[in-house]
Amino acid sequence: MFTVKNLVEELKLEIVAGERGMINLITDVYIGDLLSWVMAKVDDGNIWITIQTHENIVAVAVLKDLSCVIISENAMIDNDTITRANVEEIPLLRSSLNSYQLALRIGELLK
Amino acid sequence: MSMKGVGTIQIKYMIAKNDFSKAGAAASNIKKTLRKLGISTDVIKRVAVAAYETEMNVIIHSHGGIMYLNIDVEKVTIIAEDKGPGIEDIEMAMKEGYSTATSQIRELGFGAGMGLPNIKRCADNFEIKSSLENSTIIKMSFNLK
Repeated sequence: MFTVKNLVEELKLEIVAGERGMINLITDVYIGDLLSWVMAKVDDGNIWITIQTHENIVAVAVLKDLSCVIISENAMIDNDTITRANVEEIPLLRSSLNSYQLALRIGELLK
Repeated sequence: MSMKGVGTIQIKYMIAKNDFSKAGAAASNIKKTLRKLGISTDVIKRVAVAAYETEMNVIIHSHGGIMYLNIDVEKVTIIAEDKGPGIEDIEMAMKEGYSTATSQIRELGFGAGMGLPNIKRCADNFEIKSSLENSTIIKMSFNLK
């Protein structure tokens, strides 16, 4: 059992919003920046790594029951996105690492 | 199914052009409604994707429109009708990767050209009616039996 809280601690991620969803369980990882593509392919409980920071990422995360969203490479996040992630209780996390580096680290943790 | 004896449920959602602040709100509400009715997870997952794509299509590509959710014992139906401007080539619009979204919209992560194909893939029945300078009407249903 691996939670978003465990993930944040292990990778020292910045918690930008949605702290109330920190107990969400993680199943796997998905990387993508095209929303409809992600919508079609991502699974329940996945961590979604993206550089997309528009507020609609929260809608995708809610509809697909994702465990959290990690914004890679410290991309700037819109205020609307932060507000919405708090309302929907979707953990919105951020890292200076790029999507590939994040996936490598998470892959080690989920082994 | 826990819906025996339940009549038809109908909910209407108004979708405004370019209103990204509410984008996904209708799809979220639809998903919550189906959950409350105890509808199977498999159906809910497919409806959620199709409803989201339908809602985004209306927001991004149309002058606004209405989405209707209908639920009866046999199926979940979603109908979307917008105020135009219509689709010039439906066959192209149904192709994965084809999109008429502007570069500005694409920068936000939309315009993958996956919207209509995603809807068709998720629904058990899918119909689209459109022509240039007219409304686009999309009807999709999901079997409960």
